[in-house]
Amino acid sequence: MAIEVIKPGMMASIQDRGRYGYQKYGVNVNGAMDEGSARVANLLVGNDEGAAVLELTLAGATLLFTDDHMIAICGGNMTPYMNNAAVPMWQPVLVSKGSTLTFAQYKSGCRVYVAIAGGFELRKVLGSYSTNMRGQLGGYNGRVLRSGDVLQSKSFDVHSSCAKLWKRLKDESGLSFNAQHFAVALEETATIRYIPGPDYELLTADSKRKWNSSIWRVDVQSDRMGYRLQGEQLELHDRAELISEGTVQGLIQLPANGQPIVLLSDRQTTGGYPKIAIVATVDIPVFGQLKPGDSLRFAAVTHQDAERLLLEYEQDMALLKTAMKLKCLA
Amino acid sequence: MNYSLQALGERAILIALGNEINEQIHQQVVGLLAELERAKLLGVVEYVPAYCSIMVHYEPMVIWQSIRTSHDLQQSPSQRLKQQLAFVIEQHAARPDNFSPHEGRVVEIPVCYGGTYGPDLAEVARYNELSVDEVIRIHSGRTYLVHMLGFAPGFPYLGGMDPAIAMPRKAIPRAAIEAGSVGIAGEQTGIYPIRTPGGWRIIGRTPLKLFHPEYEVPSLIQAGDRIKFIPISHEQFSRIGDLHWT
Repeated sequence: MAIEVIKPGMMASIQDRGRYGYQKYGVNVNGAMDEGSARVANLLVGNDEGAAVLELTLAGATLLFTDDHMIAICGGNMTPYMNNAAVPMWQPVLVSKGSTLTFAQYKSGCRVYVAIAGGFELRKVLGSYSTNMRGQLGGYNGRVLRSGDVLQSKSFDVHSSCAKLWKRLKDESGLSFNAQHFAVALEETATIRYIPGPDYELLTADSKRKWNSSIWRVDVQSDRMGYRLQGEQLELHDRAELISEGTVQGLIQLPANGQPIVLLSDRQTTGGYPKIAIVATVDIPVFGQLKPGDSLRFAAVTHQDAERLLLEYEQDMALLKTAMKLKCLA
Repeated sequence: MNYSLQALGERAILIALGNEINEQIHQQVVGLLAELERAKLLGVVEYVPAYCSIMVHYEPMVIWQSIRTSHDLQQSPSQRLKQQLAFVIEQHAARPDNFSPHEGRVVEIPVCYGGTYGPDLAEVARYNELSVDEVIRIHSGRTYLVHMLGFAPGFPYLGGMDPAIAMPRKAIPRAAIEAGSVGIAGEQTGIYPIRTPGGWRIIGRTPLKLFHPEYEVPSLIQAGDRIKFIPISHEQFSRIGDLHWT
């Protein structure tokens, strides 16, 4: 069973929850930019949440299904159409052989995830399916997808959750799925919750005020590695030369030019810029759905609050997992 | 052993062992890293050593589960892990043998200096008012400590270069530097394990494949190793070409 990439759009790659365990060898983590959407898409087709998914960037992609399939589309809204009919997002959908899926028009967000029942038939490299473009490893031949690439899906047996779900979807109408609330809430100006970083106190009083009250814009020079933020220039009391150390996802660094950088999926494993903030884990997917020019503002939370938010989010995810298991049993 | 533990978000804790680059702190990092990896703490995903710190990445939900089963709901995942890390570090520090220096491996890296493999060698020599042979002799005359890996898969941060062959980075970085290239940037020397853009002065190339994603330990060079560059000829370069390490 296969999907052929007719058009990849701006950028298409295979991702999962990231390649952990090899950062000490300098190997980047990578993984879906909006990890929540990728996990939900997998759960909705009966996959393990860590299965490989297709990450599409903005509008423009076209996919051809050479067999019958069950898929789920989550993330940003690029008006998915199957042949000539709109396809609902955030629920499993049956696709018949020969169908063409297009993402023709931009509506909201930045990245779309397509999960396929069984997951993609690819080989894990260093424990992960994620594409490391710089190191040319993982994913589909270590690179972004191009026109003509063919993605095979894994086969699964009749007792698998994928098969049971597929059968129910075919036999029953009005089966409902409650996953829409995992969509990143996009407002005119996104609010990003952050925990003050180890070097936050080095910001001048004026810079702290600017950081917390001004509106920031995503710079055009932003990619899966990091988002540069345009706005008022921030200054530190003291700019001691820092020694390189490990980085974390969502770390906000302040290089000498005073414009913050948010480290995202393809970040380097080590870095040495002042660490002014860390994005609360639950808000990291928001960056996956922001595109250059979009605006955001920051709101401080305590470390404890961020932990509690993450716990609540993971409990929600656990509920979805249970709900999907029940659907496969019935 | 002086140390501090600092949460960096809800999924990482930084163990800082100092704030300078030197061999003594490096030995502490390498020694503690081995101890931590043996301790197999619940929920820890990986440890990332650097010049004078170790970043601990962990999965808070796994720790949360264990807190819930132990009915000690007062503790948060980061508090629990900090407590466990402190315990391992203090036990390690109390052991008398932890101060014996770690005997790192010496990894010999054959390098073909100059020519097409080292297009900037002549410039580095001119800049330092040395002959090309002197630059090669100085560069290959020492062992270099691998403080850490980072920047790119398998990229080693090496310490110990003779400042006599230092030269600033190129003003405009090259669009692509071939895998195996050996370069100089300021007072640092390094090897590019994969093809990548970069501004280092390239003085030679090794035929060894330094990064191999198919291996469980994908990098030939590891933090704590010492590197010795061995000058080789063009002819030797092509002969070693398809040699693999395991």
